[in-house]
Amino acid sequence: MNSREEILGRVRAGLQRNATNAAAGREVMAAALSANSEGPKPVFDTAPQALLERFRVKSELQSSTVDIVAADADVPAAVARYLAEMKLPKAAVVQPALAALDWAAAGLAVEARGARDADLVGITGCFCAVAETGTLMMCSSPDTPAAVSLLPETHVAVVQASRIVAYMEDAWNLARKELGTLPRAVNFISGPSRTGDIEQTIVLGAHGPYRVHLVIVEG
Amino acid sequence: MEIKSMQFKARAAGSLANVALQGNLKNAKGKFVTKRAEAIRDLDDFEGTRDAAAAIRNKVIDNLDLWLERFEQKARDTGATVLWAKDGAEVCRLVIDIAKKHGVKKVTKSKSMLSEEAGLNHALEAAGIQPVETDLGEYILQVDNNEPPSHIIAPAVHKSLDDVADLFHKVHGTPRKTDIPALTREAREVLRGHFLSAEMGLSGGNFLVAETGSVALVTNEGNGRMVTTLPKVHVVITGIEKVIPTLEDLSTLMRLLPRSATGQSISNYFSILTGVKKPEEHDGPEHLYFVLVDSGRADVVGGDFHAMLRCIRCGACMNHCPVYQTIGGHAYGWVYPGPMGSVLTPLYAGIENSIDLPHAATLCNQCGIVCPVKIPLPDLLRKLREKQTERGLRPLTERIGLRMWAWVAQQPKLYALGASFGARYLKWLAGGADRIRVLPTAPEWTLGRDFPAPQGKTFRELYAARRKSAAT
Repeated sequence: MNSREEILGRVRAGLQRNATNAAAGREVMAAALSANSEGPKPVFDTAPQALLERFRVKSELQSSTVDIVAADADVPAAVARYLAEMKLPKAAVVQPALAALDWAAAGLAVEARGARDADLVGITGCFCAVAETGTLMMCSSPDTPAAVSLLPETHVAVVQASRIVAYMEDAWNLARKELGTLPRAVNFISGPSRTGDIEQTIVLGAHGPYRVHLVIVEG
Repeated sequence: MEIKSMQFKARAAGSLANVALQGNLKNAKGKFVTKRAEAIRDLDDFEGTRDAAAAIRNKVIDNLDLWLERFEQKARDTGATVLWAKDGAEVCRLVIDIAKKHGVKKVTKSKSMLSEEAGLNHALEAAGIQPVETDLGEYILQVDNNEPPSHIIAPAVHKSLDDVADLFHKVHGTPRKTDIPALTREAREVLRGHFLSAEMGLSGGNFLVAETGSVALVTNEGNGRMVTTLPKVHVVITGIEKVIPTLEDLSTLMRLLPRSATGQSISNYFSILTGVKKPEEHDGPEHLYFVLVDSGRADVVGGDFHAMLRCIRCGACMNHCPVYQTIGGHAYGWVYPGPMGSVLTPLYAGIENSIDLPHAATLCNQCGIVCPVKIPLPDLLRKLREKQTERGLRPLTERIGLRMWAWVAQQPKLYALGASFGARYLKWLAGGADRIRVLPTAPEWTLGRDFPAPQGKTFRELYAARRKSAAT
């Protein structure tokens, strides 16, 4: 008998599995998978302006910095301003999804591709953002490679205000509606990477970015 | 991992006498407890969320075979390979086979307690494959002669800044640094090279999602993302009990796990990984394997300890346990310390190999109160004590003593005589004080505490006097 059968056999023995309780179990399973029922959630104002404000406040609590601009066209200048203020390089890797913005006009040298170790600044969009916790939802695809938000020391993310949802549950529903199936990697990002492994002292910049800057487009 | 739980008392005594360790434990205790207490205040319905989380976990473990089959099917549909391992030895064999098949020389690992259970690093090294731990805490332990972790969330919690400063100076050959960000940066630079050169990444799994065939990983450092994004092969090693039904259930559990573990409203990174890289994608593994591990779990299903399978490995029970807070994790002698470890070690490593662990608890129920999935840990510890008695595993003196007591307790006259003699003896021993410093019959018991001196008459005497006065 192979390990799979042996393990499942012992699980079935423990549950005293028989035809009757198997049918009942299958019903429970089918109901759970089709109901997608949600648990209790914290209560807050979910009007669009309130969501934007909550997302901003929670993101800052996660040690991200936030800028708000009026339109997509303002994004490259806002990114250039941030990089200049922080004395960071003007060269960046950008996710191909954002290649169409006029980065050169803002004085930035961007390359639209996947990330490499030497990249110091990574610019990404996001699939949506979650106001509850101040979290970005990143979905991987050829146009949105995952490592751009991971390898560089600085991560700049462009967030459309219209894509800020209240809860993670709303993000799943958006993904089901727009993508059908989940992409290879969904990464929820809440601020710069961090560790507390030495004396429970929080240090920003463990293996991923040291800083995360969000440019929210009000649109 | 070798089981050293039978040396619990000696190891605990060693921990108590270790002044440096006592300082580190005291430092950690306050931070974990305070941060959690603050973090759960954001949840308007914390108790309701705990109930929902327990119900989600029950739903799966009550029909675990069906959910495992469902998860396996979905994971295969996404292009992953699903393998099953009965025990640690089979985990090692499967992982080494995968590594050999793909020509792997180096494996980067994000934290996996199951790989500790299986002793995987040792097996990989023996097979000529280099394992590199990349969680900062695990890395610190690996370069310190493969020291075992003392906490499931903060593996190096027993080490001080000075310990790490000395260690990095020694193993990296760099000038000694005592600045935590500088030490973290040093580890980052060493590990970056490994992330980029490893052919295989190995992770645990916080949850397996049956709806989508995905693994969910809760991390802060970004090492979990590295090992699941950069190498061409990703292997997930996880216990068979980790399945949950839907993405909505994942959201509910995520409201509790980081809050209970580190006091965060959400972990820095929360990754839900499904299937393999598509040809036109820039990153992601080309091969994804799940190793679903039993190692004693299947035998827990449906039995007295079924509720323990709900555990989501947050560590809140140990952070709040007065015993863990005092002796740290190493004293428990295996992978899982604290109250959850005192239940899991006997179940997975043998009741007879961990006799002291179910007794290493005050049964104060701090663990039960903070458990996000409402596992009745003190009840399970008591049940394990009963199992020890049923199986005749208690020491002979204890068995004889209890049998004698039971016989005396069934002879009311003899019992009354004994009790009144005992009370008087203790009162005499106290010599007018309200406590007894040393009990001559059990001097060890009074080493760390006083015995309260009996006050006034015995219950039986009071009862008899009261009946007499009621009658007159």
